[in-house]
Amino acid sequence: MNAISMAAAFLSGILGSMGLGGGTVLVVYLIRYMGFSQTAAQGINLLCFIPTALGATVIYTKNKLTDKKTVIPLVLWGLIGSAAGFLLLDKLPEEILRKLFGGFLVMLGLKELFSKNR
Amino acid sequence: MQGLITAFAGTVIGVINALFGAGGGTIAVPFIKRRGKRQKEAQASSIAVILPLSTLSAAVYYFKGYFDIGDALKFLPFSVLGGIAGSFIMKKISDKALKKAFSLLMIYLGVRMIFKG
Repeated sequence: MNAISMAAAFLSGILGSMGLGGGTVLVVYLIRYMGFSQTAAQGINLLCFIPTALGATVIYTKNKLTDKKTVIPLVLWGLIGSAAGFLLLDKLPEEILRKLFGGFLVMLGLKELFSKNR
Repeated sequence: MQGLITAFAGTVIGVINALFGAGGGTIAVPFIKRRGKRQKEAQASSIAVILPLSTLSAAVYYFKGYFDIGDALKFLPFSVLGGIAGSFIMKKISDKALKKAFSLLMIYLGVRMIFKG
């Protein structure tokens, strides 16, 4: 566990807490520099997000920053989307998944680059 | 109509979370903001949405044997620390420069992933 790995996870945590898709940084780092497969990297990132988000969610909810009426429908539809996502995950070869992920990163980057307001 | 858009947004967030294991918040935050919430509220609600989805996805990935818990646990503490640091930074620094740098990095990394042999 070297310093750069720690920094990558740390940076990912920072960006993730800002709603900037920070988990993608960790996924890319794990694949390119640590040699993990696409799905392994994604799985590790997912697990890391849970405690990172849990504390924040408890605090945000106490401070009334979260809104049930907004959150619950999104979660319910999200679960349906997840089911579809898992099916795709099963069928897609890793190479295709990697390219799709790369395309997703480019889209995110462009969106952020050209977004006007905060 | 509003319900339909919510359904679409929620579904997309779920697909992204399950398929890519990251990035769902980038759909969630803008969507919630357009519903009238402020930035902080949107981010808070977004995390509240992504959390259960990520929990499910992590479980599925784990049971499919995609990753090893030991590996994940090595990175976990640093991610958590980053999350805490992020919540402090958010209040102090203007994140415009950070966003620009981050977006350029994403584009670069994305292109490399697409064309990696």
